[in-house]
Amino acid sequence: MTTQSTSEAILEFQGLAKSFVTPIGVIGHIANLFGARVKKTEIKAVAGVDLQVRRGEVVGIVGESGCGKSTVARMLAGIASLSAGEISYQGVRVPDMTREQRRAFDLGVQMIFQDPFASLNPRMRVVDIIGEPAVVHGIVKSSEKRDYVTGLMEKVGLSGAYADRYPHQFSGGQRQRIGIARALAVKPSVLICDEAVAALDVSIQAQVLNLFMDLREEFDLTYLFISHNLGVVEHISDRVVIMYLGKAVEVASTEDLFDNPNHPYTRLLLEQLPLLEARERDYQPIVGELPSPLKPPSGCPFHPRCPHVMDRCKSHMPQLLPVGPGRVSACHLNTPA
Amino acid sequence: MIGTNSARAQAAENLLSIKGLKTHFATRAGVVKAVDGVDIELAKGEILGLVGESGSGKSITGFSILGLIDPPGRVVSGSMTYNGKDLTALNEEGWRQLRGGDIAMIFQDPSMTLNPVLRIDAQMIEAMQAHANVNRAQAYARAREVLVMVGIPSPDERLRSYPHELSGGMRQRIAIAIALMNKPGLIIADEPTTALDVSIQGQIIHEMKKLCRQVGTALIWVTHDLAVVAGLADRIAVMYAGRIVELGTTEEIIENPRHPYTKGLIDSVPSRSTRGSRLHQIPGMTPSLLNLPQGCAFRERCAYAVAACGDEPLNTIEPDGRAYRCWNPLGGPRP
Ligand SMILES: Nc1ncnc2c1ncn2[C@@H]1O[C@H](COP(=O)(O)OP(=O)(O)OP(=O)(O)O)[C@@H](O)[C@H]1O
Ligand SMILES: Nc1ncnc2c1ncn2[C@@H]1O[C@H](COP(=O)(O)OP(=O)(O)O)[C@@H](O)[C@H]1O
Ligand code: SF4
Ligand code: SF4
Ligand SMILES: [Mg+2]
Ligand SMILES: [Mg+2]
Repeated sequence: MTTQSTSEAILEFQGLAKSFVTPIGVIGHIANLFGARVKKTEIKAVAGVDLQVRRGEVVGIVGESGCGKSTVARMLAGIASLSAGEISYQGVRVPDMTREQRRAFDLGVQMIFQDPFASLNPRMRVVDIIGEPAVVHGIVKSSEKRDYVTGLMEKVGLSGAYADRYPHQFSGGQRQRIGIARALAVKPSVLICDEAVAALDVSIQAQVLNLFMDLREEFDLTYLFISHNLGVVEHISDRVVIMYLGKAVEVASTEDLFDNPNHPYTRLLLEQLPLLEARERDYQPIVGELPSPLKPPSGCPFHPRCPHVMDRCKSHMPQLLPVGPGRVSACHLNTPA
Repeated sequence: MIGTNSARAQAAENLLSIKGLKTHFATRAGVVKAVDGVDIELAKGEILGLVGESGSGKSITGFSILGLIDPPGRVVSGSMTYNGKDLTALNEEGWRQLRGGDIAMIFQDPSMTLNPVLRIDAQMIEAMQAHANVNRAQAYARAREVLVMVGIPSPDERLRSYPHELSGGMRQRIAIAIALMNKPGLIIADEPTTALDVSIQGQIIHEMKKLCRQVGTALIWVTHDLAVVAGLADRIAVMYAGRIVELGTTEEIIENPRHPYTKGLIDSVPSRSTRGSRLHQIPGMTPSLLNLPQGCAFRERCAYAVAACGDEPLNTIEPDGRAYRCWNPLGGPRP
């Protein structure tokens, strides 16, 4: 997926993978004593994803529920461990980092979550929610915390006068702003937004999307923007990654991807995009659902739902190959049989 | 079926007719006027999109039509007739007969419909037998039929599942299938796809539309996202602070909104044409329904406000049924 020289990449990962193993459990062990063959189950939630995120870029990640988007985000933000693969930040592989570099990585990549309520401690005042991490990491002195926080609150469009309130005293859109201010407080370079506007009304969603774009300019931020809303992704992203069952199946610039999608899955996804047009649409919905990652299909993971499926799709997994300048796609249709 | 002149004029034939509906909640802080004078006329087989921000009263409107308002809430005034029947005169038994029978509701969260400890087949058979005099085999056959209609693969297998064994999209489809069991004349769907993926949302909207067209079921689709109903509804009603502030055919509303709030909603939808530019934002927040400002409730957020807006806007109804509550509408003065 090499599309640019490595030096420009602020965040880079290769072969990123995560498996979840569900243990047999006591009941399973007992059942096995009686001859049942209960086995450990392994879910490959993320099965090898590569990406280079360039400084200042907004990369959208799109895919159906369960395809592994949040798991990728959590690994990058250091909340989840990797089962395989490696991450580099500012050109240094994580295992090679000095303590200073490691700290810069931990603070530099911050995550913003979908549910602005669940991610804020209900018993803490906003001033502490936003300011405490910055104090802990020595970014501001304790005595300067309040000023620092009110400044950040104003930046995200909240009145500093609300600093002593608790999260439940804010609306959904305001709570999302608190989450953004908390992330900004440690001066990150990369914000990973996981469905950060999904819970918001369109009008509040517009306010928060505008805020993201303003902050991008002001703080020179890079974004990884995870969303299942294609309209949002098209609006905000420079480049888009389409994920399917734990893998990237297409990566392209937003223009290329939306004007001229290559992968059959991307094409079908784009047809689902609800448009603000009052016309009767006669499209074919994507049949079926994302297969279980417990039993991924053989060959191309999309083959059971693909309208163009061929014999070799059922046995051979297509690789991500260049299909144009700066774009890759994993589909056998791109290679002659 | 679309909101054409003739269809509108034949109000007598309307399936659902709501006039001046007010549903208020008596809270300690005061009276919350969640629904404050709503009129809805719906023809047989018509699809109406009910659109507005969170808290505008969309769900409470739907709940009122189904007699699902619990204290401290109360339908304080208004008339509601369905198929000529006066809904406000129904007793609890009458409501039970109607709900899930001739009028069905689909909720945002399918767990409102599905019982976690019962297998799908048991729930579906029960839903049918509560309203129709059929035996188990007949009810099972109908359950299978509606699951196929909503696009569920291997329905027999699904019928033997418990809700937790199914994905969110599958559960919502089953909730929709249950709504269809008794061939309702009207379905009220309250943001049923908001929590779902685009792919599943697309499938469900596609199926619902097909079903309404085939069977002649009328549909009220509640959502905060205009883009969702643009390709689905015949007409759109835009709700703000407990009132319908604009009503028209989907085409009229999307292409030629008259109310500034409708325009604001349309402009805030992100898309490719907005790329690289700021999205339009409606300034401010939805007002508290406890103490709405005098006059137009949208006044403090409205870029078109004029002196007259200090008085409550009257509902302008054009001859073709297009309606809006605004003193200074876009695209020209009130007739
Ligand atoms: N802690 C866990 N234990 C077991 N399986 C998990 C765990 N977390 C995630 N998974 C599984 O990994 C897969 C990917 O999950 P993930 O949360 O990354 O999906 P997603 O793409 O973010 O979906 P959504 O759009 O619903 O948020 C899913 O099949 C999920 O069930
Ligand atoms: N049980 C209740 N008690 C008091 N107020 C309520 C209650 N239920 C709803 N409301 C208020 O009624 C208004 C409309 O709610 P609702 O119809 O749920 O909005 P939405 O348009 O988001 O569906 C909101 O202001 C809400 O706070
Ligand atoms: S590889 Fe085959 S099955 Fe997979 S997307 Fe391409 S054509 Fe479809
Ligand atoms: S009545 Fe006045 S304030 Fe209200 S929407 Fe119309 S122009 Fe704006
Ligand atoms: Mg997720
Ligand atoms: Mg609601």
